[in-house]
Amino acid sequence: MLTEEKRKLELEAAKIRKTALETIHTAGSGHIGGSFSMAEIVTVLYNKEMNIDPQDPDKKDRDRLVLSKGHCSPVMYATLARRGFFPVEHLKTFRKLDSDLSGHVEIHVPGVDMSAGSLGQGLSVALGMAMYAKCNNVGNYVYAIMGDGEIQEGQIWEAAMAAAHFKVNNLIGFVDNNKIQLDGRLTEIMDPDPIDEKFRAFGWNVISCNGQDVEEIADAIEEAKKSEDKPTMIVAHTTKGAGVSVFEDTCRFHGGQPTPEEYDTAIKELDDTIASLEV
Amino acid sequence: MGENISTRVAYGRALEEFGGREDIYVFDADLKTCTMSEYFSYKYPERFFNVGIAEANMVNIGAGFAACGATALVHTFAIFATGRVYDQIRNDVCYPGLNVKVVGSHAGLTVGEDGATHQALEDISLMRTIPRMTVIVPCDAYETRLATKAMLDFKGPCYFRTGRPAVECVTDSIPGYSFEIGKGSLLRDGSDVTLIACGLMVQEALKAADLLAAEGISARVIDMATIKPIDREIIVKAANETGAIVTAEEHNIIGGLGSAVSEVLTDEALVPLQRVGVKDRFGHSGPPKDLLALHGLTAQNIADNAKIAISRK
Repeated sequence: MLTEEKRKLELEAAKIRKTALETIHTAGSGHIGGSFSMAEIVTVLYNKEMNIDPQDPDKKDRDRLVLSKGHCSPVMYATLARRGFFPVEHLKTFRKLDSDLSGHVEIHVPGVDMSAGSLGQGLSVALGMAMYAKCNNVGNYVYAIMGDGEIQEGQIWEAAMAAAHFKVNNLIGFVDNNKIQLDGRLTEIMDPDPIDEKFRAFGWNVISCNGQDVEEIADAIEEAKKSEDKPTMIVAHTTKGAGVSVFEDTCRFHGGQPTPEEYDTAIKELDDTIASLEV
Repeated sequence: MGENISTRVAYGRALEEFGGREDIYVFDADLKTCTMSEYFSYKYPERFFNVGIAEANMVNIGAGFAACGATALVHTFAIFATGRVYDQIRNDVCYPGLNVKVVGSHAGLTVGEDGATHQALEDISLMRTIPRMTVIVPCDAYETRLATKAMLDFKGPCYFRTGRPAVECVTDSIPGYSFEIGKGSLLRDGSDVTLIACGLMVQEALKAADLLAAEGISARVIDMATIKPIDREIIVKAANETGAIVTAEEHNIIGGLGSAVSEVLTDEALVPLQRVGVKDRFGHSGPPKDLLALHGLTAQNIADNAKIAISRK
């Protein structure tokens, strides 16, 4: 990846984080930790890798994405709005009574390919989309983003078994491996490790990467696209709340909100990051 | 047409007959020889997927296909097609409003010897309570064929309930009979009481009308093959014209056809209602006919309840 492209993607990730945080702040609620850990993943997908068109969000041959960890709607909506699917201004209605921007992602929002909320189900939906693409020679890729706590759900493994069986090499999953779930650390609650070996045993092509590094994410996706007969799972090692010191590596901001002082500090830190990345 | 076969076999044949449309995709969870999706699987193997014993995965694969524009039909026993995957149907099919048809076979007590864990008696209730869901319960081969065609032509989430045993075909001999989603069918007119039934209790209701006629009681019989949206008009008309109603279903009396009818009556036409159904119990292993008798799901039970309803006028 060229240095300039990398800088631009890192800058966009920082801006997406700021937009997501402002969105949550205006709403008074929303999930910061898991949104921030996956910021680089959606940045790379929607600004580099995916075949999408904000002017034609329903185009038939588009790449599709299922945000199985649907509570991370703030980062998803911020990404889509900044990409041009709908006005950034519209994010101020997030979680409001008369808004289409619900607490969890939903299909009726431009750019969103599937509703989600109940964990463990998105990989199956993405599998269905990938199978449909194979049946109809659409020639697209289908992405699913899961949380690492989410893969405690049994249905993930039903989908994992089936995806390998149906040889959907156009299915690319991400595990946002931030090591923390709502109640605490995965190792204390229900440890899914070794995640890579589990998916490999289920017949997947597995790639591990630094999920906070836009270049490593892009390389992992390009490698996944070369898979000939296996679905690919990208285990993205991330930090919950990544990008803002006070939010990092704690379950406090899974769904919890910062104090006004913490919010101001966070915005300042993001502004500093943005300033450092701007030419 | 007119054959005395099970609704699941009639459904399987209809799916094969009308399944030529390229947007139709069919899924089964290792029960295709039971749900009868197998007929389709042989004719259109490129549009059929057996996902193994993984019902939740199947429903969401169907949702994924539907999100891409397909008509997806998922098949398993009614007990697994509803309760086991309620969350998937609610959140991933009905909430996004996707075109997934959930087809549950072997519904009710008449699974027979396989026993209580396989006897879906709450499925209509579970599916009926989800917004955007349509619920269809055909009674015989003729109606099943027409209902299958209508379901395939209809866009949106749908639950379609079929049964295991062979049943008498009755709707083919009714003059002017037709199937339309959301419409009940008047099978026999009457003035003293109305019997509203679905599934294989329709045949029992017709027999009950004969029993009542022998005692000089004129019973109207309505085949309510769509439980949701319920045909309010035909219910209110029956209430106003006959003054007493009996519902009959192979399902818990809580939440099913009887509840749907009582809701309409409560809103619009309060008349005596007797609900024939399984009385908030689980089933049991045994011959289907004996199970129906044990739980009070016979023509005689319907006739007895009709007389009670009339006495409450």
